[in-house]
Amino acid sequence: MTLNVSDLTVVRGGVPVLADLSFSVAEGQALVLRGPNGIGKTTLLRTLAGLQPALKGSVDYAEDTGAYASHADGIKGQLSVKENLAFWAEIYGNSADESVYEAFDLVDLKDRIAGTLSSGQKRRLGLARLGVVGRKVLFLDEPTVSLDGFSVKLFARWLSEDHLAKGGIAVIATHIDLGIEAPELELAPFKAAPDAASSDEAFL
Amino acid sequence: MIALLKRDLVLAVRAGGGFGLGLSFFLIVIVLVPFGVGPEAEILTRIAPGIVWVAALLAALLSLDRIFALDFEDGSLPLLATSPLPMEGVTLIKGIAHWITTGLPLTLVAPVLGFLLHLEPSAFGWLLASLALGTPALSMIGTFGAALTVGVRRGGLLMSLLVLPLYVPTLIFGAEAVARGAAGLDGLTPLLMVAVITLASFALLPFAASAALKINLR
Amino acid sequence: MSIWEYANPKKFIATTTPLVPWVMGISISCLVVGLVWGFFFTPDDFRQGSTVKIIYLHVPAALMAINAWFMMLIASLIWLVRRHHVSALAARAAAPIGMVMTVIALITGAIWGQPMWGTWWAWDPRLTSFLILFLFYLGYMALWEAIEDSDTAADLTSVLCLVGSVFAVLSRYAVQFWNQGLHQGTSVPVATGERSVSDVFFVPLLVCMVGFGLLFLALVLMRTATEVRARRIKALEARMR
Repeated sequence: MTLNVSDLTVVRGGVPVLADLSFSVAEGQALVLRGPNGIGKTTLLRTLAGLQPALKGSVDYAEDTGAYASHADGIKGQLSVKENLAFWAEIYGNSADESVYEAFDLVDLKDRIAGTLSSGQKRRLGLARLGVVGRKVLFLDEPTVSLDGFSVKLFARWLSEDHLAKGGIAVIATHIDLGIEAPELELAPFKAAPDAASSDEAFL
Repeated sequence: MIALLKRDLVLAVRAGGGFGLGLSFFLIVIVLVPFGVGPEAEILTRIAPGIVWVAALLAALLSLDRIFALDFEDGSLPLLATSPLPMEGVTLIKGIAHWITTGLPLTLVAPVLGFLLHLEPSAFGWLLASLALGTPALSMIGTFGAALTVGVRRGGLLMSLLVLPLYVPTLIFGAEAVARGAAGLDGLTPLLMVAVITLASFALLPFAASAALKINLR
Repeated sequence: MSIWEYANPKKFIATTTPLVPWVMGISISCLVVGLVWGFFFTPDDFRQGSTVKIIYLHVPAALMAINAWFMMLIASLIWLVRRHHVSALAARAAAPIGMVMTVIALITGAIWGQPMWGTWWAWDPRLTSFLILFLFYLGYMALWEAIEDSDTAADLTSVLCLVGSVFAVLSRYAVQFWNQGLHQGTSVPVATGERSVSDVFFVPLLVCMVGFGLLFLALVLMRTATEVRARRIKALEARMR
């Protein structure tokens, strides 16, 4: 199974930001998206995850295998760490495995109410969600924001050993070096030309 | 889907303001009415069916913007949208959860408040039945309104403007059933109309709400 | 050659701009003829006296208030199915006009109702339905204003228009169920072909209805063209960024 993207043009607010983007990611591989702020990394990831339609082009991966992680963690402050993870596991028809808590160093925090966690701990919990959804293709938007060096290593280890090594795929937008072997894709050359066709084109 | 319902109910209990707030609001509105129209039992008896229904409607309205706003703010909504749950299922569950946290408790305490307003004894059964059948429609219609305005900052007022006209038929038939009961008549026809509105809302509005949510998440 | 060609914004403006003065001119002629005829050259009603003459404003306005919403519903459906921007913008353009028609119908109704029923306002099913229709227009317009992205706003208002139409019809029947009312029967029943209004009044009324219809058409075309131009400015600005 691979992730194939061909000729993709993504739009933000009706205006194309990235145009004619083509790449493919093979099983067990990660792709790191690079580019300055505002280039359209988040827009691209949202389009890949199916949250917004592309203006043209296609995104191919096996149905019901994708999972998306945004800037926001989707954590409920009133629920405990365990309840948060159990909820997402159940939504995806899985159960939260003990190993996930270990991989993200959450064993001691298991019964803490998520609202009392520090922002770094919350982020770890948000990433641990990816460990319980059991999805092959991950779209990660700045996964390491507010993580300390140790936690970044923890995450990188989980990603390479528990996800990619088992045939997973990941597309990651990040500004730091995760320390995993992965090809990088510089997005700046794909920046849409100012006169590219947009959804407002009919008006011009 | 059960997991989502469970989570929403747990959140409503823990966050406070789920069960309690709407209920207190309902109580306060009912208590304020006699201060406005005077304590004479005859007047209160006459207006009781309408007042209870209008108060229930406002109490349901009060908590509507929480349906999606909290999940939108903390980023759960796009995560739910990319999860295996169909969006129609999410909106349906949200409507049901809203009913359990507001409509159901309102229905259960309404007879007590009817007592405060000197409601005709013959109308209590009709009150209970019409609220039990009608408040789910209020929740589902409200869920649709909440889905429309989820992307709007401070959309609460706008949502009221959109939702309240949609509440008109439910209110008319619901209050009419109680009023007929109070007059010693048979309120079955309006009661059945309320049931029809509720069933149709649950059958159709999840699709409209889900379409609106998807548009808002784009 | 298909009718959808006119859904192209440029083609739409190019086609409709020269039409607007004509439509407007015919509409104003119809209104002047119809109103003058109706006001000065028809006899007083034997029961209602001269008050009946407000019918020449009241009935056409009420008719257009409903037809405007109906047009918005169709335009919304076209937008949802075929994604023609002009269609969504036409729905947006029609809303304030429909709302004003509703207000005219309500106010003329009140002025008529005062001498006839002895009250400015009664919770009569027809009056109440129009008040509810007014609220629907308000909500629809507020939603357009509240959402920044034009396509998102078009989508959401279309969904609201669809759902709102169902509830508007439902409200109409609910209100009828709730109160039987004072209002006289419809002046122009389409289904039965019989008229409750005699020809002396009916012909000028018909002229007024045509005038109101064309006035609505001219205003919608003008406002749609304005909306299209506003979108064009927005698109050009987005491009410059």
